[in-house]
Amino acid sequence: MSHIPVLIPLSLLVSSLLALLAGLRSPGWGHKISLGGVSASFLFSLAGIRAVLRDGMPLRYALGNWPPPVGIEFVLDSLGAYMTGIITFIGVVVLVYAPRSLARETPGREVYTYPAMLLLLTGLTGISLTGDIFNLYVFLEIAAIAGYALLATGDRAAPVAAFRYLLIGSLGGGFYLLGVAFLYFSAGTLNMADLQARLPDLVENRAVISAAAFMIVGLGVKMALFPLHFWLPDAYTNAPSAAAGLIAPLMTKVAAFAIVRFFLDVFPPSFLTEALPLVSTVGWLSAGGILFGSVMAVAQKDYRRMLAYSSVGQIAYVGLGLGMANPVGMVGGLLHILNHALMKGCLFLIGGSIRYRTGITQIAEMRGLGRLMPWTMAAFVVAALAMIGIPPTAGFFSKWYLILGTLEAGNWWWFGVIILSSLLTAVYFFRTVEMIFREPEEGDPVARIGRKRGAGVTGVGPSPEVQLGLGGATEGEREAPLSMLLPILVMGAAILAAGLLNVAIVNGLLAGAVAHAGG
Amino acid sequence: MMHGIMANAPLYAVLASALAAVAIAFTGEKHRNLRETWTILASLLKFGFIAAMVPGVLAGVRYEVSLVELAPGVSLALRADPTGVLFALSASFLWILTSFYSIGYMRGGKEHKQTRFFAMLAVCLSATVGLALAANLLTFVLFYEILSIATYPLVIHKESEKAYRIGRQYLVYAITAGLVLVAGTALIYQAAGTLDFQGGGFLPPEAGRGVLVTIFLLFFVGFGVKGGVMPLHSWLPAAMIAPTPVSALLHAVAVVKAGVFGFVRLVGFVFGPGLMGKMGLSTVLAGLAAITIVLASFIAMTKDDLKARLAYSTVGHLSYVVLGVALLTPTAMLGGAFHIVTHAAMKITLFFCAGALYVHMHYTKVSELDGVGRRMPITMGAFAVGAVGLAGFPGTGGFLSKLMIVQGAAEGGHTLFMVILLASGLLNAGYLFPVFIRAFFRSSPEHTSYDEASWFMVGPIVVTAALALLLGTMPDAIFHFFGVASEAVSAVVAGGAP
Amino acid sequence: MITDFFLGRYPFLFIALLLVIGVYGMMMKRNFLKKVIGMTIFQTAIYLFFIQGAKKTGASIPVYSVDLGSASDAYMNPLPHVLVLTAIVVGVAITGVAISLLLVIYRRFGTLDEARILEQMRESA
Repeated sequence: MSHIPVLIPLSLLVSSLLALLAGLRSPGWGHKISLGGVSASFLFSLAGIRAVLRDGMPLRYALGNWPPPVGIEFVLDSLGAYMTGIITFIGVVVLVYAPRSLARETPGREVYTYPAMLLLLTGLTGISLTGDIFNLYVFLEIAAIAGYALLATGDRAAPVAAFRYLLIGSLGGGFYLLGVAFLYFSAGTLNMADLQARLPDLVENRAVISAAAFMIVGLGVKMALFPLHFWLPDAYTNAPSAAAGLIAPLMTKVAAFAIVRFFLDVFPPSFLTEALPLVSTVGWLSAGGILFGSVMAVAQKDYRRMLAYSSVGQIAYVGLGLGMANPVGMVGGLLHILNHALMKGCLFLIGGSIRYRTGITQIAEMRGLGRLMPWTMAAFVVAALAMIGIPPTAGFFSKWYLILGTLEAGNWWWFGVIILSSLLTAVYFFRTVEMIFREPEEGDPVARIGRKRGAGVTGVGPSPEVQLGLGGATEGEREAPLSMLLPILVMGAAILAAGLLNVAIVNGLLAGAVAHAGG
Repeated sequence: MMHGIMANAPLYAVLASALAAVAIAFTGEKHRNLRETWTILASLLKFGFIAAMVPGVLAGVRYEVSLVELAPGVSLALRADPTGVLFALSASFLWILTSFYSIGYMRGGKEHKQTRFFAMLAVCLSATVGLALAANLLTFVLFYEILSIATYPLVIHKESEKAYRIGRQYLVYAITAGLVLVAGTALIYQAAGTLDFQGGGFLPPEAGRGVLVTIFLLFFVGFGVKGGVMPLHSWLPAAMIAPTPVSALLHAVAVVKAGVFGFVRLVGFVFGPGLMGKMGLSTVLAGLAAITIVLASFIAMTKDDLKARLAYSTVGHLSYVVLGVALLTPTAMLGGAFHIVTHAAMKITLFFCAGALYVHMHYTKVSELDGVGRRMPITMGAFAVGAVGLAGFPGTGGFLSKLMIVQGAAEGGHTLFMVILLASGLLNAGYLFPVFIRAFFRSSPEHTSYDEASWFMVGPIVVTAALALLLGTMPDAIFHFFGVASEAVSAVVAGGAP
Repeated sequence: MITDFFLGRYPFLFIALLLVIGVYGMMMKRNFLKKVIGMTIFQTAIYLFFIQGAKKTGASIPVYSVDLGSASDAYMNPLPHVLVLTAIVVGVAITGVAISLLLVIYRRFGTLDEARILEQMRESA
């Protein structure tokens, strides 16, 4: 029995509470403790990945020393290690990024934001690690509640968006809980491994079938599976940039992961295709979601709303991978969890940097940003190319596996959907890229900033202006501050690394998990 | 076993300009001479590595570099086989000349954003050599995509509304083509289990007619866009809005040749001539190429804008390569492969001349060129050489490559194609000869004395024109271009790893 | 036959009715606070489902009694009760957050009516 599976969420939970207490005394300490906590969790995750790769066996921890199936068990297998690695990595990156961004967008509230972020991460890592279906509900709601709170602190309409998310999210959580009830009363256990052993005998049982349907609907809401996605655009658009940078890459992905967990390790494989065509339903809905998300993204004028609809489309890639029900497709979907987390996280953080320096949120105002913030925009280009799927960025490789998966499944519609959506993605990203690299014209926000700062790089001349009214940046500062730029660049580099190393990731962590997929 | 530097020569050849691009970006406009030095150094290094591989390649040595595994069973791998070296050699040699030419063009025209220009040009060359030396289809597609993206900033260089509009159109074509290629590659991977190029093809006929035809169609679109096969060609004339060095190197030598090079790989190393012939796909390809040749030539004759005329000429000549490859006989394929090089030399000469005329005299239209031969005899003389070569006059490289394609057509019994090829020579003359005839044989009061463009531009023009002639008279003397081309075709015919 | 169906399953039918009422409230009511009430009803229905499922015919409450001994048949299943306790806590937390959000919304928009809030949001957009 190893302690790592419990240390990953525990370090986050403890530091959340400590950060709140310390933060009430001194905001600086609140952030430091938060960063320390998430870094510790990240290190534990790395240790977990190493252990799983080395031994090939999952790490187990029984809470309270109660042996499963009576007690709750935390299991760190290759898939769980993969997820916690992603979650904690993004957590570290965003927590480094957050202070300046939050200070600009939600001043005075950082004391409460950091604990909320850590609670969110606790919930997400807990979902990835738990081996108990009710415990998963608890962590699901922990993450959800923290998410509602984080999203509500943004723009004027943020509380409304958060409230609507709360309603539909609770509906989803409730359906999941109903599914837990059905399963428990049919199979007599809450432990996932135990269920896996008992369910094959209960394949005909209608309660079990209903349970599966309820759970998938419930998790589908959390995952923003089309057509249950409508909470997402408003929520992501109005949220503070750092919060969006944390939630957008992770929230929906972990919910998708939970569905994968159920597909692969709880319900028997034959069950999901024969009793109810659940798997293919998820696939078809995802196909719709991909197209819907991509088309809507093209129509958006607000940068964040464009990314939000893009996210609806992108999470649907994961769903599509699931729907293919063959190992290659599933690997593609799972790999996309990592890739999209990196890409979308990077893009939201870039949005935050832009807002920090210039106050700009509309795409039409972004003309000329390439000159003002060259490094940030370079990262944007990398992330945009990755979203479209240009090799050797990470985005290409998950699409490659997905395409192979559709061929394996013989589904030409889905094959076409992937190709078409990539083209649409190219449209809405290149439109933004073109804007960014054009010269600013008279009247553009960027031109105004450039003039107020004075020409040239020398920095000699006009005195510092504290309030530009556009973002409060001061003279001589053009690129984002280092604490915001560095995380973005790290994410950009990670996008390239994840691309080139995708085979290592797949072979090491994912291939084993999906080996028995497809029934 | 390979030892020392040469073992990884393909990798260095690709990297030389990639690293230069970074250096260029950081050096910037302030130290423009240093920046230009990076370009020239990189181009010499690049060419040096490739040329150094030629003797080995001719002797049957294969330089291979395998980097990270990109997908199960498929690595990012480079392999210097004759086909790839042929393309890489011509592209990198012409880049040396283009580098000097660009310096003259950019400075002479006081162009803006020069750093971006030189940096992106370097990246494009990296990508070109990368796809030339790609050992498998996935590596090829990877560099192909990079090339598409990297050419965008060059196409929109002018940054006018029109340039952005054309840039958008260019991207649509390029990215769609890229996606289609990815789709086709996935299909091949599923059908064949591997993506490594094999002389004589590696696609199993058992894959079924439907699958094979779909693959062919997808690749036809994917390569046809870049290779300017009608009806996928319209981005090419539009892209002439780019600065002339871009049009010259990329849209006559690198980017478009990547497209037709793709067809060479497709016919020679993916499908294989046998499979192509059996399925009748080669006839389709040849037919479309022939139509392109004829139509493009007619359209070229209607264009007064010089670069537009040259663009349509390029469209036509690219299809020479496609036609040569599609005729499937070794002679025709040799002619097609060799035409990659000869056309590059000749066309780049013409584009260089057009650029010199623009920078020096601000001429863009054919109708303006009356009498300019008195003022700029070297430029227009070189133009004449290039034009004559493209029309296929004996003594030029163009004659040789065209002759072999015609011969190949004869061997296969394709009389129609023979006629088309011979006729197109006349059409070529029809739209190119008037240019230098007007320049030399009409007089204008404006041009009375000698006043050439800067030597940065005229020098390269002379070299490329000379190359065009040498390729026709001593085809193997220069860097063994002809020998390499022959080896390339042998590899296709012989089968096995190229 | 039909009376048997109802008599045997009336708790579940009642729970189903509550679920529907809860969802109806969440979806169709315009006042945000009524939506929260609907949500609470929905969640409560789920708790009742757990408790109902724990019931065994003729069993006593799950508190150890010397008279009944250790036979598991004599007691109702305590696990769902525990689960419900946890779920109630979760529900309370959610409701708490919901009401806090309503406070902020009321302060900002001056109303809890969905239509009027959306209108105000559209105007300021």
